[in-house]
This record gives sequence, C-alpha cells and structure tokens, in this order.
Amino acid sequence: MKILVCISHVPDTTSKINFIDNNTRFDTTGVQFIIGPYDDYALARAIELKETSGATVTVLNVGTADTEPTIRKALAIGADDAIRVNADPTDSYFVASQIAEHAKGFDLVLMGRESIDFNGGVVHAMVGEMLGIPAISPVMKLDIEGTTVKMTKEIEGGKEMVEASLPLVAGCQEPIAEWKIPNMRGIMSARTKPLKVVEPKAVDKLIVAQKFELPAPKGAVKMISPDNVAELVTRLKTEAKVL
Amino acid sequence: MTTLVFVEASEGKIKKTSLEAISYAHAMGGSVVAIALGTVDKAELESIGKYGATKVLHAADAKLDHPVIQVYSSVLIQAMQQENADNLILANSSLGTPVAAKVAVKTGAAFASNVVELPNTASGFVVKRSIYTGKAFSFVEMKTAKKVIAIRKNAAEMKETGGSAAITAFTPTLNDADFNTKILSTEKATGEISLPEANIVVSGGRGLKGPEHWGILEELAKTLHAATGCSKPVSDMGWRPHHEHVGQTGVKVAPQLYIAIGISGAIQHLAGVNSSKCIVVINKDADAPFFKAADYGIIGDAFEVVPKLTAAIQAAK
Repeated sequence: MKILVCISHVPDTTSKINFIDNNTRFDTTGVQFIIGPYDDYALARAIELKETSGATVTVLNVGTADTEPTIRKALAIGADDAIRVNADPTDSYFVASQIAEHAKGFDLVLMGRESIDFNGGVVHAMVGEMLGIPAISPVMKLDIEGTTVKMTKEIEGGKEMVEASLPLVAGCQEPIAEWKIPNMRGIMSARTKPLKVVEPKAVDKLIVAQKFELPAPKGAVKMISPDNVAELVTRLKTEAKVL
Repeated sequence: MTTLVFVEASEGKIKKTSLEAISYAHAMGGSVVAIALGTVDKAELESIGKYGATKVLHAADAKLDHPVIQVYSSVLIQAMQQENADNLILANSSLGTPVAAKVAVKTGAAFASNVVELPNTASGFVVKRSIYTGKAFSFVEMKTAKKVIAIRKNAAEMKETGGSAAITAFTPTLNDADFNTKILSTEKATGEISLPEANIVVSGGRGLKGPEHWGILEELAKTLHAATGCSKPVSDMGWRPHHEHVGQTGVKVAPQLYIAIGISGAIQHLAGVNSSKCIVVINKDADAPFFKAADYGIIGDAFEVVPKLTAAIQAAK
C-alpha cells in the first residue's frame, strides 16, 4: 500500500503573529516553524501503518526551500521519501490542486484536518473531489482491512463511524495516533532519503489575500473578589452585556 | 443576485449556525433561497423565512438523512443550477465546510471558510477570514463570479426580518455512485447544548480534581443554559468525552461568554477560545496565564466560588 502524507509548514503554536510590509506579509522574524500539529497526527498514523502492514510513506509539502528542515523532520520520523512542490502555499485551492497532481496512484492520502496558519480546513475535501475519491474528516480513528477503511470521525456533539473503500483521503486529528519524535538514527537516515523538488502546476488564482490584520488589543483583566461574585454577575449583565 | 443557503438540521431541528448563515445572506442583499435535506420538522422549515429567506427547498428523501458529503454537494449543485444561484453560503461546520469545498471545486467557484464579516464590495468582493487560530484576520478577494462562503459560528447575528418563505419540494437526482461512504453508526450526546453552537460555554480543567466533581460545573452550566467544555488534559484522562475538549486540537468555540474553571490557560487552550466575546477565569492560582487573556477574573477555590456564582445568577434572574 502506498500512503501519501501531506504536511504543512506552520509557525509553532506559541509564535507571536505579526505582519510587515504594510500588513501584507507574515513576519517570520524569530518564528519557529513546525509540521502542522494535525498533519503530525496523520504522519504518525501513516508510520504505524507502515510498521504493521509494510506500507510505503511519501511526504508531500507545498512550499519554498525554507520548508525543507520540516520535510526532513518528517523523513526522520519514518517517511521513506518526499516531494516538495516549489511554491508559496497561498490558498487552499492552489494547494489542493498541487496535491491532486501528485496523489494519483496512492492508495491512501492522509493530512491534518486543517493547517494552523490559514485554518481553511478544506484541502482534504478539495483533493478528494479533484481525484474523484471519498474524503473524510476529521478522522479520529482509522483502520484498514483489505481495501475497506473503517473510520471514526468527529461531529458536533459526538462521533460517527464511517466505512469507505480505498483509495481515499482522510483529514486527521487526535487521537488517531500518538505523535512520534525522531530518534538519532532517524535523523541521520533522513539526510540521505530522497527529496524530490518539482515545479507547481499552473492554477488560476481564485482568491487573493490583500492584507492582514491583528485583533484589537485586549483590555486588562478586571479582578473580582471571591467574596463578591454578585459583582461579576452585575458586570456581565451591564458592562459586558453577555447575560 | 440569488444566494442559496444550505440549512443543516439535527434530529429534525435547524441548527442556529444555519439561521446565522441565512441572516448573513439576507444582509448581503438580493434574494435568499434556503435548502434543507432529509427529515426536518415542518415548523422548523417554516421558521427559516423569519430570517430572510423567501423560498425554502426541501429535499425530503430519507436517503438524505445521513449526511454523505459527496451526495450533499451534488444536491446543492443541482439546487444552485435550478435557482441560478450566484452564491452558496453555509455554516463553517464539520459538515458544511467539506460540502462547500466540493461544491466550489465542481463549480469553479472561489471558496472562503471561517468568514467573520459581511463582504466589502466597494472594489471587488472582499471577505474577512479568521486565521492563525483566531490570532489574526486575512482580507481575501474572491475573484470568481460564483462564490462559496462558510460563516464562522456566532460571527453573523441572527436577525428576524418579519418575512416568511414558501416551502417547495425539491427532488434531486441521486447518483448511487455518490454514496461512496457508508455511515455505520452515530453516537451523539442527547439533551445537551451543542458546544460549537452555544452562546455560553462553561469549561473545567484539572483544577476540578476529578470527574466526580463536575456536578458544580454542570449546575452552573444548567443555570446559564450553557454548554460544557473541558481542557485537553481532562479529555486525555477520560474525565470528559473528547467532543467536549476545547482547544487548538479540539473544538474551537466563539461564544458570547466563556467561563474557565480550574484551567491554567495553556496556549493551545487559548487558541480554541480566543474568539470568545467575553472570558471569565476562576482559578486559585493567581499566576495562571489564563488571567492575562481574561476580561474578568476571580482568584479563589472553584469548589467555593462556583456554587456561589450559580446562586448569584439564580438570584439575579
């Protein structure tokens, strides 16, 4: 079985978000980039499937050369080889089009349910549509029996047990697998694993980001005595107007 | 301009997020047509008109009771064609977003999810999206004639217009090949207020010391007609079900009021709640980082403060 894991290269959760060039560009100064947390779950499940069923795992990232350390980390965790589509991932449709271009021939395409930068949460569904195969998300459990895939997906207020046939696309989230940390052997072997760089397919720009904005700064917290909780109720009613 | 709005229902009842989407579509101008799929209560269908739709298409086929994304997207496209709709608007939900993505690909429409404001049409068609897990916004121009927009929960105000809608049966062509996923079973918490849709959320963390102490939190939630949530460690330890886990890798919420009890405020938890209008933090640790993100804070023992708060709310009613 051939598994493709699509990873995003995103600022660490703790990163301070700032923009430069008149709020038209993300400020990368001092920002540490990581494999998207949801993509990390997808990768971990793929590696488990590799260990139990002898699958091969290819990692794909749409990104500029800056993303290569992130891709190497995925190889160190256990992926066999990698593809980097040499482009800035500016919108979901563009990224999905690039993934679909390279996903043909894979039995299973795994990725996170969303990236934590643009939070579109739609790439898996778009890829499924482009390839004409089922796309399920957010998947919390995924097991394969022959060509049948049994999954548990989260829905508002509960979960749904779903079955589909390979090939398919799954957008993953916890607790599908435990995140894996690369060991020294993995880090050493990742240096020599194949990483193919390909140029992007031409795609029409359907949406264009014009500018970015930060939320208005929050005021200081108003502390209320634990002996006077009635004051909190009054303030929530009259000041915050949320009761 | 005609806008089609996909109305989601659960156990026959229309979801609040879908009524928000209708209000959003109405505020955009033009005519608004709603579509509901599967079994939905008649009174619920009739209520849609109050929010600005002038027509409701109802595809009542029981085959549509199970939300198979491929099937739903196919039905919505057929409805768009019939109504000659320019736009499709729906709620940013675990069902709405993937359905919208498929419709967008099939129709060549631009798609924006997590939209938090009405479009600016002064030059082009620009929508404001929430990005970086609520830590920033992006203004994106949608460049195609047809547009698909998913509205983030609580981002559009539900507004009654005093109107009413004609309910029309809609009979789409259902292609067996589209039923390419089989829903084997569904487990849903019944009788609870849906966490993603709630106006008020009361969440607990490790500070509550164990699942046996959740009663005080549930009592407060009941008094406030609020949904209950929890932090990741609480869900990981099995004190509460995973669908109550609020945070970056759990449910992201955007209620009017978020009350965090015994939660220190790890950055991953904050990422799931930072779009809340008002945050109250109750924690006995004065150095809990959550106080920095809060609007109101009480330093105190949850087991003493929470029952007092419940009583104060009851007294103020």
